[in-house]
Amino acid sequence: MIDAAELGRVFRVRRQVVHAVRDLSFHVAPGEFVACLGPNGAGKSTTIKMLTGILAPTSGRIRVDGLDPARRRTALARRIGVVFGQRTTLWWDLPLRDSLELNRLLYKVDRKVFRDRLDELCVLLDLGGFLTTPVRQLSLGQRMRGDIAAALLHDPAVLVLDEPTIGLDVVSKAEVRDFLRRRNAEHGTTVLLTTHDLGDVERLCRRVLLIDHGSLAFDGTLDGLRALVPGRTSIEDVVADLYLSSRGSPRTPPRRPVRGETSGTA
Amino acid sequence: MIRTYALLAWAWTRAAAQYRVSFALMTAGAFVIGGLDIAVIWVIFANTDSLAGFGPAEVMFLYGTSELAFAISDTLFGNVDRVSQHIRAGTLDVMLVRPAATWAQVAADRFGPHRIGRIVMAAAVLCVALARLDIPLGRAWMVPVMVVSGSVIFTSMFTLGGALQFLLTDAPEVANAFTYGGAMLNQYPLSVYDPRIVMGLTYVLPLAFVNWRPGLYVLDRPDPLGLPSWTGLLSPAAALALAAVAALAWRAGVRRYRSTGS
Ligand SMILES: Nc1ncnc2c1ncn2[C@@H]1O[C@H](COP(=O)(O)OP(=O)(O)O)[C@@H](O)[C@H]1O
Ligand SMILES: [Mg+2]
Repeated sequence: MIDAAELGRVFRVRRQVVHAVRDLSFHVAPGEFVACLGPNGAGKSTTIKMLTGILAPTSGRIRVDGLDPARRRTALARRIGVVFGQRTTLWWDLPLRDSLELNRLLYKVDRKVFRDRLDELCVLLDLGGFLTTPVRQLSLGQRMRGDIAAALLHDPAVLVLDEPTIGLDVVSKAEVRDFLRRRNAEHGTTVLLTTHDLGDVERLCRRVLLIDHGSLAFDGTLDGLRALVPGRTSIEDVVADLYLSSRGSPRTPPRRPVRGETSGTA
Repeated sequence: MIRTYALLAWAWTRAAAQYRVSFALMTAGAFVIGGLDIAVIWVIFANTDSLAGFGPAEVMFLYGTSELAFAISDTLFGNVDRVSQHIRAGTLDVMLVRPAATWAQVAADRFGPHRIGRIVMAAAVLCVALARLDIPLGRAWMVPVMVVSGSVIFTSMFTLGGALQFLLTDAPEVANAFTYGGAMLNQYPLSVYDPRIVMGLTYVLPLAFVNWRPGLYVLDRPDPLGLPSWTGLLSPAAALALAAVAALAWRAGVRRYRSTGS
């Protein structure tokens, strides 16, 4: 479903070259639920932008559902759903319902199909109470649920979420996580999300990609990740240890990713 | 592309209609501004019979054709040369993941029907001028061609301006401002985004094709520069060529888009 091979992206910032992503290779099979974990500036968002066609890679190759995202961006847009935790894909001044209707027209979803899907999403995401509220008046939790609904109305095979739980309170977080887990299990939607909330990972994902300084530091299960740092039981400590141990040598040549023994790679 | 534009414009119209008072004020404002322009012409001709050898009706004709072309392209598509705002706000990322033409999404953003007021005003001026000029049909057919070509030329200029902004965000200071929280903001070359510069370019460069050359043809006047009169018919060709260049530039711009570090 998602295939990245030696993917890289550099930015030139004031004559300096920033390797936002370097030599990133991974494969996500249909129906998988994968979390991309990493500290701020690790390159998670840049990876997402290359997956969705917003940014063209500067090296390597990427395919999503068989398409080259940067070249076939519009075709790909019909097959994937994208959620940005930091900014809404809804129209700020329109009521949520109108935003969703506008998406229906842009994605050319049949009216009856749309109604059925919206009914389902309304129940699962509990949108009923604020469908007629302008998006700018929604709470962050409500807005995020609206954004997720908007990303799923065209029933994409892949759902990509960049920090979907950022800034949410515990209740909203739980709602979003529950929904995503059910969606993945019941519809078989492939889900790739980025986060630095370890709670997301522990509750959701069979598979973790740990990204550090733009390259893949670990690809495998949560247990595999724990086993990397003996003597630590909390996943939080494990990840902090891994980040700290790589800090002394920032932007070194890419290390080979460590593979968990029961990696979810298909 | 047209469908995307129409859908979004309609959505914005409904959103704007929710604020009735400001909606009415903005519509009225558009008419007042159009009216002021006409008042200026009227004041000039209250004091003199001709302007550089052109009578009042002829000046209104030249004003009307270029203003109508400009009003159409600026009110409907002028947003595309403000794409830097979407780049900075990160909203362009959102537009790029929708299955719809980015150009149309940017152009239709915040569309308001009050903007139509300006087009109506310019069209009214042109109609008055035409009524007083009594142009033979053999040359009058050029008038709509002039307006359409002019709109295409202005729209292409806006699009070129927008395409340029994709490249200018590659300027290191800009990326820096994004990435490091705006500390470098004062080094940011604001002047390159000054809309007046873009406007100046949009007006001056193609003006000859929009209404001067073809206008002379319609009015059956010799060119002071001595160019043969058939050059007045070149507007559509110029419009098409410019539109093709603008479309390519826009595509290249989107491909070189580098988003913002957030
Ligand atoms: N548009 C951009 N211009 C310049 N540098 C960028 C840009 N986008 C990201 N970066 C840089 O690339 C690195 C990775 O950023 P990002 O992918 O946003 O990280 P994350 O999402 O993991 O926090 C950072 O060092 C960031 O400053
Ligand atoms: Mg990020």
